[in-house]
Amino acid sequence: MTYLLLFWEFFKIGLFSVGGGLATLPFLFRLAQTHPEWITVNDISNMIAVSESTPGPMGINMATYTGSIVGGIFGSLCATLGLVAPSIIIILIIARVLEKFSDNRYVKWAFYGLRASVIALISYAGWQVFRISLFDGSHIRLVETALFAVFLVLMLKLKKVHPIVWIGIAAVLGILLKLPS
Amino acid sequence: MHEEKTTLPQLFWTFAKIGVMTFGGGYAMLPMLQREVVESRKWCTDSDLLDYFAVGQCTPGIIAVNTATFIGYKQRGNIGGIVATLGMVFPSLVIITILASVLTAFEENTYVQMAFSGIRVAVCALITVSVVKLAKKSIVDVPTLVLCLATFVLMVVFSLSPVIFIAVGILWGLLFSFLKEKRRKS
Repeated sequence: MTYLLLFWEFFKIGLFSVGGGLATLPFLFRLAQTHPEWITVNDISNMIAVSESTPGPMGINMATYTGSIVGGIFGSLCATLGLVAPSIIIILIIARVLEKFSDNRYVKWAFYGLRASVIALISYAGWQVFRISLFDGSHIRLVETALFAVFLVLMLKLKKVHPIVWIGIAAVLGILLKLPS
Repeated sequence: MHEEKTTLPQLFWTFAKIGVMTFGGGYAMLPMLQREVVESRKWCTDSDLLDYFAVGQCTPGIIAVNTATFIGYKQRGNIGGIVATLGMVFPSLVIITILASVLTAFEENTYVQMAFSGIRVAVCALITVSVVKLAKKSIVDVPTLVLCLATFVLMVVFSLSPVIFIAVGILWGLLFSFLKEKRRKS
């Protein structure tokens, strides 16, 4: 019964959180109220911290973490599948419709504008990471900013290098330079 | 385009790989998607990726999952969409379930924190490179440039819901394409 309930609660979160990982947060706080025996607000703040330092989309990590606290491995499976089920169903329907209308000129016109908006939204998400990593309040973090510049130049020069290599190098440099969090 | 060449295990493992390599949520996944899905596998183009992100922004659920479902569907239909998504979430399931009991200790470890401060800097640079690459193909004229800059500034100043800007983007695209068409005809 707990497993079904886990699936259902996360299914609802997946259905109602529009716009990515952080959009699941208000729903998780709500879950802490309706199911205090599952998670607490403290658990959620731990989850946020942990999600940032483990691979994978944050929303998925949160569902997996809650599920595993409540019901072990099978619990984490139920919560995660519940979270992704609505997306899968909705996107499969949209993908089918878009495929049919991909040659429609209005669809093309809409996407011509949409792409420019999405680039701005991605830049904004990037800006959030910039604010945390390159600035400390209103002060610029010199070491990090210098490192950023070096990375940027190297990435533009050495295009063949896989992104994960840069991430690995950055992790090592972070430890060597004792970068503050 | 359902190409026979793509197998379900290929879809699963490619997205599992992307899931493992993504640190810090949806948009941090972009550089990995570009490398794995666009450049290595050639399952879609940069512009397709932007379209998926656009749809993912205004539909429920996590953008990473929405994008995986889209690309999987394009390759192998419904089952492809499901398999790609399962691949995407598989690493999280394994890692978080194993680490769940020790996760807080892991997170509070000084070295882990230092490593992640470094990783965030690299993610900044990776996202910058990705955005430049995408912008070259999609910021093609004055209207798209104005839209992009205005959206960014408004987001920074007011941090409104992205859904609003998706709606504005659609209307903007329709309006200026219509005007362009009219000018061409006359």
